[in-house]
Amino acid sequence: MATRRLYGLLAEFDNPAELYHACEQVRDAGYRDWDSFSPFPVHGIEKAMGFSWSFIPWVAAAFGFTGAAGGFALQAWVATTAYPLVISAKPLLSWQAFIPVTFEVGILSTAIGTLLSMLIFNGLPRLHHPLFGSERFEKASDDKFFVAIEAKDGKFELEGTRAFLEGLGAAHVEVVED
Amino acid sequence: MTTTTAHVPKVYTDADQLSDPVHHRAPLVLGGLSFADVTNKVASVVEKPVSRTWWLFFLFSLSLLSIYGISVAWLVWNGTGVWGLTNPVYWGWAIVNFVFWVGIGHAGTLISAILFLFRQKWRTGINRAAEAMTLFAVACALSFPTIHVGRIWLLYYVAPLPNQMNIWPNFRSPLLWDVFAVSIYGSVSLLFWYTGLIPDLATMRDRARTKWRRLLYGGFALGWRGSSRHWHNYEVAYLILAGISTPLVLSVHTIVSFDFAVSQLPGWHTTIFPPYFVAGAVFSGFGMVVTLMVPSRLIFDLKELITIRHLENMCKIILLTGSMVGYAYAMEFFIAWYGQNPYESFAFVNRAFGQYAWAYWIMISCNVISPQLFWFKKVRTTPWIMWIISIFVNIGMWFERFVITVTSLANDFLPSSWDYYSPTMWDVGCLIGSFGLFFTLYSLFVRFLPQVAIAEVKAVMEEADPHFEGYSAAEGH
Repeated sequence: MATRRLYGLLAEFDNPAELYHACEQVRDAGYRDWDSFSPFPVHGIEKAMGFSWSFIPWVAAAFGFTGAAGGFALQAWVATTAYPLVISAKPLLSWQAFIPVTFEVGILSTAIGTLLSMLIFNGLPRLHHPLFGSERFEKASDDKFFVAIEAKDGKFELEGTRAFLEGLGAAHVEVVED
Repeated sequence: MTTTTAHVPKVYTDADQLSDPVHHRAPLVLGGLSFADVTNKVASVVEKPVSRTWWLFFLFSLSLLSIYGISVAWLVWNGTGVWGLTNPVYWGWAIVNFVFWVGIGHAGTLISAILFLFRQKWRTGINRAAEAMTLFAVACALSFPTIHVGRIWLLYYVAPLPNQMNIWPNFRSPLLWDVFAVSIYGSVSLLFWYTGLIPDLATMRDRARTKWRRLLYGGFALGWRGSSRHWHNYEVAYLILAGISTPLVLSVHTIVSFDFAVSQLPGWHTTIFPPYFVAGAVFSGFGMVVTLMVPSRLIFDLKELITIRHLENMCKIILLTGSMVGYAYAMEFFIAWYGQNPYESFAFVNRAFGQYAWAYWIMISCNVISPQLFWFKKVRTTPWIMWIISIFVNIGMWFERFVITVTSLANDFLPSSWDYYSPTMWDVGCLIGSFGLFFTLYSLFVRFLPQVAIAEVKAVMEEADPHFEGYSAAEGH
């Protein structure tokens, strides 16, 4: 078995308030490669962590409009070129009748774009993550709250960062290896 | 460093929820449950050995499903002649069942999308099960157009696929719009439901003690670990899905109603159909949610999460949409008179007093009269009464589609072609059997997946707010 690489430090907190305050201080201490973990989205945590922006709406919109345009183009091509039939004495390109399918295909594309971009921006799916090696981390999907600071962060030093995390009121701090 | 004392949750009861909605928000989780209690309560349903009640229900559902299998096999072997379809009624129970099931399939996405946009936090207790129910209802619904073509191996005609005959579907037809609307509705509802499931699948994975559970839940959880950066993207994605599902859910039954409204048959050719169908769909969907939730919150001991308050809110929506449906029935009659079209007037008088009057009055008593009982708080807060009313709603909404479909066809413009339409045992087999499909899928769902959205319920508890006063008091600020 290869030698284990240090992933970082994992600090456990008991409730969202403690997590929130801890995040504010990790942010202010200038760490960059770190993250917090909770069983549910903690309201306002992105402010405490110092980020706010997501690219997903743009991807979703691009998917949606492309899908809708494609849906309309398919119907227009079928009605005018591939299989032109005069129905109810309407013009071949009776675009009003194509709106429902255009709309539905646009919605489907938006949904697919939203889910895919959510997964891709989150780096999911992935089969393994160093944090899954921690037994206590299983509670991250139950009732415990965690902050992890990665070893690759420029400010990270094992003892100093451990003392810093303990000073934030962590109930438990442990070393996580990859 | 001070160790913070654990916050002791306040124990709320039914009484806290039902009193004075003005001065405080009603709690959504009763019994003083902590986050861990919520996880345990929901997850243990799936982890405990199967109960005898579940087996009985599952086997019952499975036997109904086998009726469906036999009925469909007989239909495919012989053709649609085994049904009671006859001149002039060529749209019988198949479309009635289709519209019935699609309608039921509207509650889930309404709860998860529209109530989400309106910030109705109580939706978290019921949205998972309602969305699952939606998917299963849409599956039942889609099965009917599939089998009603008779030669089901030719179903691909509805898809815009290049083929050796060089023909393409007619995109000007509402029936084709319907193919797209319902199948896309099913697909998007599935994506939405799955997105909501990811964090809970991670919870199931983390609690799993057997290899197979860990592999299966872990595989479907996609490596979710509750990162705040992930949650941020997740919430944005969820909001977008809710935002697009809202017009989607309204469009689906609108387009279903076009199947009727775009034709020129008296009784069908009316502009009131889209809103009236959507209201009816929500009405019947909530009826089915109540039918399922009232027993399952007792059987699986989820009374603290699916509270009387949740049920009461659903009853209010049933009351509202039931009244809208009643208004639409009245307005159809008014327009039939006001429009002075003799065929239209006849169609409606014939509905109420003609050969299908019995079906019409079942529909009126179930859909218009029975939900009005929800004006009484006692009725809205007594589970067994609302359960009975919800059954009436289900029955009434099936009859609504029967009345609309059959009365207009059986007595059309030409009296010499009139006839009385009756179903055969194979029609009945398909309807009963589709309930088998629905209940089989639903019982598998409650067996293998968390039926309450664990993460979402935690997020609406007052302890989830980082600025919750209980924490600052415990820390001594």
